[in-house]
Amino acid sequence: MAHCHGMALQMDIPAEARKVVLAGNPNAGKSVFFNHLTGLYVDVSNYPGTTLEIAHAKLGHDVLIDTPGVYGISSFNDEERVARDIILSADLVINVVNAVHLERDLFLTRQIIDTGVPVIVALNMMDETARQGIDINHDLLGEMLGVPIIPTVAVRKEGLDKLVSSLDQAKPGYIDPELQQKLNQMFNRVGSQAEALLVLEGDPAVSKRHGIEPGADREVIYLARREQVNSIVERVTKTVIGSTSFSAKLGRWMIMPLTGIPILLGALWLMYQTVGVFVAGTVVGFTEETVMLGQYEPFVRDLVGRAAPVEGIPGTILIGEFGVLTMTVTYVLGLLMPLVAGFYFFLALFEDSGYLPRIATLTDRALTNLGLNGRAIIPLILGFGCVTMASITTRLLSSDRERRIAIFLLGLAIPCSAQLGVIAGLLAGIGLSFVLLYALVILTVLIVVGTVLNRILPGHSANLLIDLPPLRLPKAENVLKKTLTRTWIFIKEATPLFAGGALIISTLQLTGALSLLQRAMSPLTVGWLGLPPETATAFIMGIVRRDFGAAGLYSMNLTPAAMLVALVTITLFVPCIASILIIFKERGRREATIMWVSTWVIAFTVGGLLAQLLDLTAQRGDLAAISLAVAGLVAAFMATAFTRRVA
Amino acid sequence: MTLDRIKRGQVFKILAIADELTRVQAIRFGFAEGSTATCSEIVPAGPVVLRKDRQEIAIGRGLAGKITVALQ
Repeated sequence: MAHCHGMALQMDIPAEARKVVLAGNPNAGKSVFFNHLTGLYVDVSNYPGTTLEIAHAKLGHDVLIDTPGVYGISSFNDEERVARDIILSADLVINVVNAVHLERDLFLTRQIIDTGVPVIVALNMMDETARQGIDINHDLLGEMLGVPIIPTVAVRKEGLDKLVSSLDQAKPGYIDPELQQKLNQMFNRVGSQAEALLVLEGDPAVSKRHGIEPGADREVIYLARREQVNSIVERVTKTVIGSTSFSAKLGRWMIMPLTGIPILLGALWLMYQTVGVFVAGTVVGFTEETVMLGQYEPFVRDLVGRAAPVEGIPGTILIGEFGVLTMTVTYVLGLLMPLVAGFYFFLALFEDSGYLPRIATLTDRALTNLGLNGRAIIPLILGFGCVTMASITTRLLSSDRERRIAIFLLGLAIPCSAQLGVIAGLLAGIGLSFVLLYALVILTVLIVVGTVLNRILPGHSANLLIDLPPLRLPKAENVLKKTLTRTWIFIKEATPLFAGGALIISTLQLTGALSLLQRAMSPLTVGWLGLPPETATAFIMGIVRRDFGAAGLYSMNLTPAAMLVALVTITLFVPCIASILIIFKERGRREATIMWVSTWVIAFTVGGLLAQLLDLTAQRGDLAAISLAVAGLVAAFMATAFTRRVA
Repeated sequence: MTLDRIKRGQVFKILAIADELTRVQAIRFGFAEGSTATCSEIVPAGPVVLRKDRQEIAIGRGLAGKITVALQ
C-alpha cells in the first residue's frame, strides 16, 4: 500500500501504478469522465475531517482519482484543500475544461501546469460552444499551454477513447520564466515544485508542513496568471454570434425578488409535494411501517430476545423502547434515509441546474440581517428535512461566526420533516388562524434571535461572492450520484449519533432519571404554560426524537390555544438527541451547552408569553385574542427593526 | 465611486478591492483590479451581479461597498 505524500487519504495503490488525477472546475463534466473511464469497480473513501467522499478506481495499470470541482487549489474551503492535496500527489493530471468558460476554467489549468505535473486537457462541451457560436482554435490553445488538448463531448462519449489512448502524451506545460525562477529557488528548500508553488502562493497548510513562513506572492502570481489566461482566451476564441437565450432570461428572473420569490415558492412547493407528501407518506409508510416495524423489528426482537430478554438491562438497551437495534435502525433506515435522500435529490437538482447560486443571490439580503449570507439558505432549507443533516452541511459556510449562528437557528427554530408532519396534522385540527399564528411566532423567533446574535457576536460574517453558471438541464447521472453519495455519508455519520442518543435515553430510562425529569418539568408546563401535567412527558420525548414530542400531544384533549402554546414550545424546544450530539461535535462542549440551555430558555419564555397573551385576551373571543397576539408579535418585529436602525 | 452605487447596464473599471481574500477570489473569476465589467443586474437592496464576457458573479451588497470602480 502506498501512502500519498501530503495526503490524509489512505488508498490501496500498487507501488508501480501511476496516480492519474481528474481535476476541473465545478460543473465541467468531470463525473461523466470518471464513470466512463473506470466502469463499475469504484472505491470511495472519506476525506478525514470533511464530508467529502473521494472516488478512485483502476485505469489499466494505473489508478484514477477524482477530485471535488474547484476554481483553484488553495485553502479557501474543504473542496480546495482536498483537491490541492490530491493534485500534489499526482503523477499525471487530466484537467477537464468547460470550453464555454475558458476565462474561468483556464485559471485552474494554468495553476495545475505551474505545479510542474504532466497535464492533459480534455476540452469538454465542444457541442455547446458550437451552439453558442464560440469558435475555439484548440491547436493554438495546446501550443500556448504547452500540453496536449483533446476536444470532447463527454455526455455523448465523444473523444473519451482518444483521451485514454493519449494519456501517455501528457507533459509538463509552459511556465512563465519569472515564476519558474522563483519556483527553482523555493524548490531547493521544499524539494517539490508543486509544494514550492503553494508556499509561494501563501498556502498556510503546505507552508506549515515545511516549517516555512507562507509566501507573500499570491496576488502577484494570481494576477500574472490571470493576464496569461486573458491573453490566451483572446487569441484562441472567436465569438461568431451572441444572443440572449431563454435560459439567460430565466436566470435573471430567478434572482429578482418580484419573479424570483414566486419561482422559489414554486420550487419549494414541488419539493414539498415530492418529499413532504410522496416520500414522507407513501415511501416512509412502506419503509418504516411495513419493512422496519412490520418485519425487521419483530425479527430482531425475537433473535436478541432469546439471549437478552427485553425486561433486562442489555435487552432494554438493545431492543427496548429506545433500543439501539430497534428504534435507531428503524429511525435511520426506515424514516430518515428516504427523507434525507429526497432532500439531497432536490439539492443536487438545484445545484446541477445552476439554480442554487441564484437562490443564494435572491435570499442574500434577508439572510445578511441574521448574520448569514445567501449560501446559508442551503442548510436552512435542508433543516426542514433533517436538522442533523443540515447541521453537518453548515461546514460549507465560510466563517466560524456564520456556522455558529446557522447551527443555533437550525436547532432552535427549524422544525424537521419528521416533526413537521406531526405538527401539520395537529395544526389542521385547530383552524387556519392558529396555523398562521404558529408560523408567525416561529418566524419571529428566527428573525429576532438571528438579528440579536448578529448584533452581539464579535466579528463580521463573510459576504456573498458566488459564481453564477449558466442555467442548464440537470444531468440525471450527476444528480443521482450526488444524491446517493451524500445520503450514504449522512447514514454513515448520523447512525452512530442516533445510536449514542438512544443509549443515553435508555440509560436515563433505566436509572429512573427520565421520570424524575418529567416530574421536575411539571411546574413549568402546568404553571407557566398552562398545560396539563402529562405534556411534560411529551416534552421529554421531544429530546429523544422531535416528532415523538409532538406526537405525544395527539392523545391529550387540548383547547386550540393550549395546543398552539404546546406546539410552539415543542418546536423551539431542544432539537433531537442526534442533532444535539452533532452540535457538540461541531461546536465543542462549552458552546454546545450554552446553545442547548438557550433553546430551553427561549422555548419556555416564548411559549409562556404566548400562553399569558392568549389567556389575557381569552374572554374577548378567539378572533380578538389572535389579533392581539399578532399585534404583539408585529410590535416585537418592529422593535427589532428599530434597534437595528439605531445600531 | 463604490460598486454598490452602480446601475444596471453600466460598464465600469474595477479600481480597487479592499479585502485581500475577495481580491484573489475575484482574480480567479476574471475580475481583477484594472479589468472592465458590466453590471448585468442589481437585486433590490441585495447583491450586485457582474458580467465579464461569459462569466457572471454575484457580490453581496456589503462587499460591493468595499470595491471602488470608475464608470467607463
